[in-house]
Amino acid sequence: MTQPVLSVRDLVVEIPTRHGILRPVDGVSYDIAAGEILGVVGESGAGKSMTGNAVIGLLDRPARIVSGQVLLKGEPIHHLKGAALRKLRGRRMGMIFQDPLTSLNPLLTVGDQLTETILEHLDLSVKQARERAIAALDEVGIPAARQRIDSYPHEFSGGMRQRVVIALALCAEPELIIADEPTTALDVSVQAQIIALLRRLCRERGVAVMLVTHDMGVIAEAADRVAVMYAGRLAELGPVRDVVTQARHPYTAGLMASTPVASQGQKRLRQIPGAMPRLDAVPAGCAFNPRCERAQSRCAQAPGPTLQTCDDRAACWFPITHEQEAAI
Amino acid sequence: MLAYIIRRVAQSILVLLITGFVAFSMFSFVGDPIENMLGQERTQADVDRLRGQLGLDQPFVVQYGKFLQQAAQGNFGLSYRQGREVSAILAERLPATLELAFVSGLLALGGGIGFGILTAIRKRGFSSNAIMTLSLVGVSLPTFLIGILLIFLFSVELGWLPSFGRGEVVDLGWWTTGFLTVSGLKALVLPAITLGLYQMTLIMRLVRTEMLEVLRMDYIRFARARGLRERSINFRHALRNTLVPVITITGLQLGSIIAFAIITETVFQWPGVGLLFINAVQFVDIPVMAAYLMMISVMFVGINLIVDLLYFAIDPRLRVDGKSGGH
Repeated sequence: MTQPVLSVRDLVVEIPTRHGILRPVDGVSYDIAAGEILGVVGESGAGKSMTGNAVIGLLDRPARIVSGQVLLKGEPIHHLKGAALRKLRGRRMGMIFQDPLTSLNPLLTVGDQLTETILEHLDLSVKQARERAIAALDEVGIPAARQRIDSYPHEFSGGMRQRVVIALALCAEPELIIADEPTTALDVSVQAQIIALLRRLCRERGVAVMLVTHDMGVIAEAADRVAVMYAGRLAELGPVRDVVTQARHPYTAGLMASTPVASQGQKRLRQIPGAMPRLDAVPAGCAFNPRCERAQSRCAQAPGPTLQTCDDRAACWFPITHEQEAAI
Repeated sequence: MLAYIIRRVAQSILVLLITGFVAFSMFSFVGDPIENMLGQERTQADVDRLRGQLGLDQPFVVQYGKFLQQAAQGNFGLSYRQGREVSAILAERLPATLELAFVSGLLALGGGIGFGILTAIRKRGFSSNAIMTLSLVGVSLPTFLIGILLIFLFSVELGWLPSFGRGEVVDLGWWTTGFLTVSGLKALVLPAITLGLYQMTLIMRLVRTEMLEVLRMDYIRFARARGLRERSINFRHALRNTLVPVITITGLQLGSIIAFAIITETVFQWPGVGLLFINAVQFVDIPVMAAYLMMISVMFVGINLIVDLLYFAIDPRLRVDGKSGGH
């Protein structure tokens, strides 16, 4: 197997507060290969974005990585600071944020922002950088890029702005893109375009993409594999089709059952009783056990289940088994 | 753009007319200039004759009308006290005030923006805390007290700097400057600090607050995620976005540096228009007071106009007539 672009190993992020230490990310491990889109789903506060920020070194203080590793093409990068980290950002890993309205500087033209990024990372003349910026805009599907490059962000529509943001993240040709809810602020028809664009760039350039979202629809459409997070831990990790149709973790199953499917008519949606625990009150053992209908006494005991200690797909002592698998 | 400027100029003229009216009507209550001009041994006939000469026996509206008519031609009449053209007196005094205002404005802007950025970037550093604490002094102590304290320390105790006056000045014909002599520069130091300190702390606190606000924005995070240098993030991305509110306040503050130079000029006996105005008030020298007030309002109105035009230069979102693209 070729080396994955990104490997996250037992990553733990902690936030010290006055009332004790919170762990928004607790022992998360996954790999993303070149040309692969890994979807990371979960509710608000499940630690999805925090994982993405930890990878690119953008955790807001006082949050910090306390243990585990982040490897980019095999090199550890979680301990990097200052200039060493800055040289990786943009050049080897890019990030796309949720709101294209606020992630572009309103006072600089799109071309200014592109060329400053290109000049920072690549050894090009100003003129070459500008040509490259035009090419980048062209690639993400901005019509008449040569004419639009000197426009300001407010002169673009929301969807076009997100394309500009993607061009900015990709203009120095990074190997990894972290897309933090890239479609959440856009309307549905534009969402589909942006996802198609991400998929195309991922395939053509062989970029590894970490797609953070709470939208199962986006994951199902875009991702190759999916990681389901719950209370800072991985609940399930596997190929999208398998996780969506044959969830093994009871939480994933509940999540799927609560997602409306148009073809299934007007049935009442199932819901998971209760709510995700707050970070200062994560139960012992499996974090999901108080809400789980399959829970047994072992589930409330430490140590809780992890992907490594269970069956490598779901972090559950008593995963759901499916008839098809039994038949094989 | 042109239509906007014309509209603003028209508004400015209206503002000036109203200011002039208010100022002029106030002067009828400050006292009778005739008393000061004629001294103790006057007869009622003298008083009446002078009153007639100056036109002070006419109704208020007529006086105001005459004032406007003459002011529009740049003629503010003769000073009651000095008997000379008011415009000549003002022109002679103005360089002193403008030089003082220029130096303290530079100090206020440079120091204010510099310290503001420093205290915003090193939010919890020792130097930031020290500067923030000291800035409270600048905000809370009245100007005249700071002036007197500075005089006490640097002129009386240490004897380094002069305590009053402008030092030696060089006459360039139409302008007298203190910038070209050592004593002129030395004389500038204390008054400039006194006048600029309050504005500096105000601008500094404003820049700091705005910077902290902007540094939390998504585009700053995005700039970091793109691997840009801290310097570029702080100055190219963050500072520019703080400038619109900063320019608004700074513009008004620069206006008041000129206007409120009165106190500093009095403390340091600085021969500028502020000191001239204070003397004119004591003597009820109406033409001088009226001309001074009109001059200050022209400056304020002018600065405001410049500030509004600067917005367009800084923020592309306001340039509506530019090329329109998406929707």
